[in-house]
Amino acid sequence: MTGTLERILPNVQKPARYTGGEYLQTVKNKQDVDVRVAFCFPDTYEIGMSNLGMRILYGIMNNMDGVWCERVFAPWGDMEDAMRKEGLPLFALESHDAVRDFDMIAFSIGYEMSYTNILNMLDLSGLPLHAADRTSLKNIVFAGGVCAVNAEPLADFIDFFSLGEGEEITVEIVSLYQKAKKEGWDKQQFLKEVSKIEGVYVPSFYEHTYKEDGTIREIIAKNGAPKTVTKRIVQNLSAAYWPVDMIVPSTEIVHDRGNLEVMRGCIRGCRFCQAGFCYRPVRPRSPQVLYDQAVKSLESSGCHEITLSSLSTSDYRYLGDLTDKLLDYCNARKINLSLPSLRADNFSRDLMMKVQTVRKSGLTFAPEAGTQRLRDAINKNVTEEEILQTCATAFSGGWNNVKLYFMLGLPTETDEDVLGIAELVWKIYNCWRDNAPNKKRAVRIHVSTAFFVPKPFTPFQWEKQITPEEYTRKTNLLRQAMRNKCVEYNWHQPDLSQLEAVLARGDRRIGKVIETAFRMGAKLDGWDEYFNYEIWMDAFRACGIDPEYYTTRGFGEEEVLPWETVSVGVRKDFLLSERHAAYRSEITPDCRHACMGCGASKLYTEGKCDE
Amino acid sequence: MNRLLFEKTGRAVFISHLDLMRIFQRAFRRAGVMLKHSQGFTPHAYVSILIPLSVGVASRCEILEFELDESESTPLASLPELLNKTMPEGIKILKSYESDRKAKHLCYLHADVTMEYDSGVRAGCADAIRDFFKRDEILMDKRTKSGETASQNIAEMIRDLKVLEEENEIHLDCTVCAQNPSLNPLQLAKAVSQYLSEYAPDFAKCERLAFLDEEMQPFL
Repeated sequence: MTGTLERILPNVQKPARYTGGEYLQTVKNKQDVDVRVAFCFPDTYEIGMSNLGMRILYGIMNNMDGVWCERVFAPWGDMEDAMRKEGLPLFALESHDAVRDFDMIAFSIGYEMSYTNILNMLDLSGLPLHAADRTSLKNIVFAGGVCAVNAEPLADFIDFFSLGEGEEITVEIVSLYQKAKKEGWDKQQFLKEVSKIEGVYVPSFYEHTYKEDGTIREIIAKNGAPKTVTKRIVQNLSAAYWPVDMIVPSTEIVHDRGNLEVMRGCIRGCRFCQAGFCYRPVRPRSPQVLYDQAVKSLESSGCHEITLSSLSTSDYRYLGDLTDKLLDYCNARKINLSLPSLRADNFSRDLMMKVQTVRKSGLTFAPEAGTQRLRDAINKNVTEEEILQTCATAFSGGWNNVKLYFMLGLPTETDEDVLGIAELVWKIYNCWRDNAPNKKRAVRIHVSTAFFVPKPFTPFQWEKQITPEEYTRKTNLLRQAMRNKCVEYNWHQPDLSQLEAVLARGDRRIGKVIETAFRMGAKLDGWDEYFNYEIWMDAFRACGIDPEYYTTRGFGEEEVLPWETVSVGVRKDFLLSERHAAYRSEITPDCRHACMGCGASKLYTEGKCDE
Repeated sequence: MNRLLFEKTGRAVFISHLDLMRIFQRAFRRAGVMLKHSQGFTPHAYVSILIPLSVGVASRCEILEFELDESESTPLASLPELLNKTMPEGIKILKSYESDRKAKHLCYLHADVTMEYDSGVRAGCADAIRDFFKRDEILMDKRTKSGETASQNIAEMIRDLKVLEEENEIHLDCTVCAQNPSLNPLQLAKAVSQYLSEYAPDFAKCERLAFLDEEMQPFL
């Protein structure tokens, strides 16, 4: 450990997140390595180490000959202050070498509010923020993750983006870099070659021009770059690499347990859900492969808890068999099998009761909207009857804790829909009174509302976002309608969600705002301790940009969208027809019931969707 | 009672007490050795560390107590090798043994405090520190459990102290009370900074070397 680091660490909170040295980290001999990758996660260690994508790609890159991938996380404010004061540049956890000494700098971006952290991490590394100012092949900066589907707000800063699932494309990119480094290419030559890899988007190869009204006139591809870049997917999920020998953190992280990814994609098609459309097509992993991965990863990590993850685990076809087998293994070893929030159907109820033999966790539902009409409009196919029936079973089984998640500000929402939330909560309360065996222990109903953020590549990508004032009015309306001491109501602050909408649907002009906000001190915006709305508003004013252009204005259906260069496989006209179905409160059946031909199955050349 | 004697050095010194317990619980599972668990919906494994170590302090003499599950037949002697295969950097098990010595017999701590002087140790520094620790009373503020500040005479808690000079470093080779009340050896360096400010080090760190019983014999 360097003397400077050793002296800083006793004075910062949770210093173990800055030391590395965890069991199963990868350390290579520098003599055997020709390309070093600094894999940066633009948030704290606890968040980043909980990210499965990062765990997978860390393993994949370190499995490559001559490549050493190390981890870098955003320091908390106290650590950053100490590093800046002592002149300690941002470093990677494994070797403690400075990020600026690495060949490639990769970012995984899953959340818009981490954009300032990216700039801060480049700055802490002593690197120029703008891609154009980093002229050599060394220190090339690339990024992936769900936010890369609209990369435009970051176009000034990131050299290129890797779209979609990274298992294969990352190897292709890093291999090309190995070749480029060996043959002494310059950065432009590398960018030109890397842009030929399917799924790579080089923003500097595209020119955006604007009309007088501020909307995009056209996007022109240059340097032979493809007009559209389509995201990559893994064809055979069961055969795909899975890190059974994952790093075991020495300090507590957010998701501190073993993890199985049961499938990719989601059959449901909720119209607000970006993941639901961006991760199509649906591909399950075989239950035998999953069971083997579970046993291996539990033995290798020593975790006493394992969870199943996917966008909608209840829809995994072999869930019953898999959980039966896992429960046998886990119960014998005092290992806790935890299931994420399940759907409110019969099957899930049985499963819930079964898993409860190991541990009793809370009951969580996400009806998202208060009335059936609005649930139909957003295509959230859960009925009040299903919710109440599940609650009845759970309450009579002794559960007395329910969490309910809703959104406010959804397209077509009226005050009647808002008040519908209170009515549903009241029915759940009565359901508890009718079914609870012991009413002395009061029920707790936690209600939470989020502020709807329209996202790219969803049927609602064109939608207006309501104003923060209107959102606050709706929360007050709802609060007054839910006066019951058993109900606890929390609502998200609208400021953050408004910014999230700007950053999610922003174009290249937003880059200037992000940089200005960063220069004014914005960082760790996803954290209440640091988020400062005023800084952002000052930054918009300083740049002469109106945030409402990206929120309350909405995008015209004929308008060229900033993310038009990218394809996630789902056709734009499908999204549009889904939008119009929402206006008619018409539901679209899930993929298992009927294929609606969204287009994503065209990506899946070696298999059939959902099989 | 089963015990492990282990080291915590290097990068591992910044691992907190609670995190360390979790590390051991997982390490036992990785070694395929089942610890005894509590009953109930969230069973947890019984492990405990005799004298918790402050974050940032290294140690060559940590003691972990544990109980094995009734079904477990792994010989105690094989544990160091099994556990060391999967430990994070800086944690090393030295010995595994049974002991019926009660923790109350653990009285003293032998430790090394390193005080670093970046521009060299000034002439007379070692002697001044030697004289300083001969005082009968050295009052230092200590935060009590209730959050208040109380004054403590740390001179009474020092059993033995040698001052050694090396290049750019002064070492305090000390033996101090380990329990009821305990003295964190880093307080010695703090006392130097507070009372002999002209000899305040640029940085101080500490390493536990051994626990001793009331007879000043090693406690295991």
